[in-house]
Amino acid sequence: MLGVVQAIIGRDLRLAMRRQTDLAAMLFFFIIVVSLFPLGVGPEPEQLRRLAPGVLWVAALLATMLSLPRLFADDHRDGTLEQLTLAPEPLGLIVLGKVIAHWLVAGLPLVVLSPVLGVQFDLEVDALSILTLSLLVGTPALSGIGAIGAALTLGVRGGGVLLSLLVLPLYIPILIFGAGAVDATLTGLGPEAHLSLLGAIALGGVFFAPWAAAAALRIALE
Amino acid sequence: MLEASNLECVRGERSLFAGVSFRLEEGEMLHIQGKNGSGKTSLLRMICGLSPPASGELRWHGTPLHQLGEAYRAQLCYLGHHNAIKDELTPIENLLSSARLAREALDDDAALDALELVGLGGREDLPCRYLSQGQKRRAALARLVHERRALWILDEPYVALDRAAVGLVAGLVGAHLQRGGLAVLTTHQAVAVPAGTVHELWLGSHDAPESGQQAT
Repeated sequence: MLGVVQAIIGRDLRLAMRRQTDLAAMLFFFIIVVSLFPLGVGPEPEQLRRLAPGVLWVAALLATMLSLPRLFADDHRDGTLEQLTLAPEPLGLIVLGKVIAHWLVAGLPLVVLSPVLGVQFDLEVDALSILTLSLLVGTPALSGIGAIGAALTLGVRGGGVLLSLLVLPLYIPILIFGAGAVDATLTGLGPEAHLSLLGAIALGGVFFAPWAAAAALRIALE
Repeated sequence: MLEASNLECVRGERSLFAGVSFRLEEGEMLHIQGKNGSGKTSLLRMICGLSPPASGELRWHGTPLHQLGEAYRAQLCYLGHHNAIKDELTPIENLLSSARLAREALDDDAALDALELVGLGGREDLPCRYLSQGQKRRAALARLVHERRALWILDEPYVALDRAAVGLVAGLVGAHLQRGGLAVLTTHQAVAVPAGTVHELWLGSHDAPESGQQAT
């Protein structure tokens, strides 16, 4: 059962390592979007501190959107997706493997970069660590829910725009609780409530979304 | 044993074919023929279970396909129009990863043997984007060398291959039939398979005397 998840993760990671330009483009996008804000808004530390959680989270959502269209499109184009659908394993597990691999390639680097970028906004150490923690908990949900959108728009012309329209509204709760956790720390309320809700969304997203995405993929391949 | 009764395929508003029936026993091959656009690939995808027939039924050993799911897919080897070869991976990585996903035990030596046999010896470590169309097809067909699943479904397996490779694939299919396997394939080329019984199935109208959509 888990062998197939491992096999998919291994394959997708290897493919991502052979195609590093995609990864680099996404990370640079994230870095540049986040870095433009202090330049545009001005250097008042108080204002920057208030903006930081929202800016980093919105940039993370947009950077994830950049990588989503290719989640299934490459496999679809070269016929691999048909083979995956015909594998003697539940398609949901295969999609789960792809979601985990997507998070490792597109989500985890954002988490790792965020404390460095947060320094630009004059965030304190505790706010920085909560920001990183909220991204660590929340980004798996971005990959999971994004997989549903990527599967639904597979093979649709202009699918990229449609994918954003479909997925970004679904990301709103993640954005609210993710940025809210840091805000709560800054105002001294404590981030626990936000983080638990974020964790619940992430668990739901990672474990239920693959089955929904699998159903959408079967329809797309018919 | 694979049975189909009165299959119908509808694409959009148009019925591609209707009333297609056949019956395939162990060691037998079904050769599907027809003009471009007559629904050969659609029929193959139906047999795979990728798309359900508009009407009619497919049965594997007497059980309807839609009730079988994974048990049927574990018996099935499908080679489609696309090669399912990743350009970034080398032929041997492609072969090993597809075997792992199909839950087959394939070690490095067996994979190397298979690539050697299909004429990719010495190129197993070259990323597939540097291979020619025919070589990519060979890399995809290398799967068949150690493939022991009962039902092979091959969509135009001879496309882009040179004459030697066509003979090789026909030999692999023949060996598969001899082991008691079943095969369904489409091709426009007249290629004799060395062993097994071959049934012909024509989709749509054609000029040959034994016109009709019934294969026996």
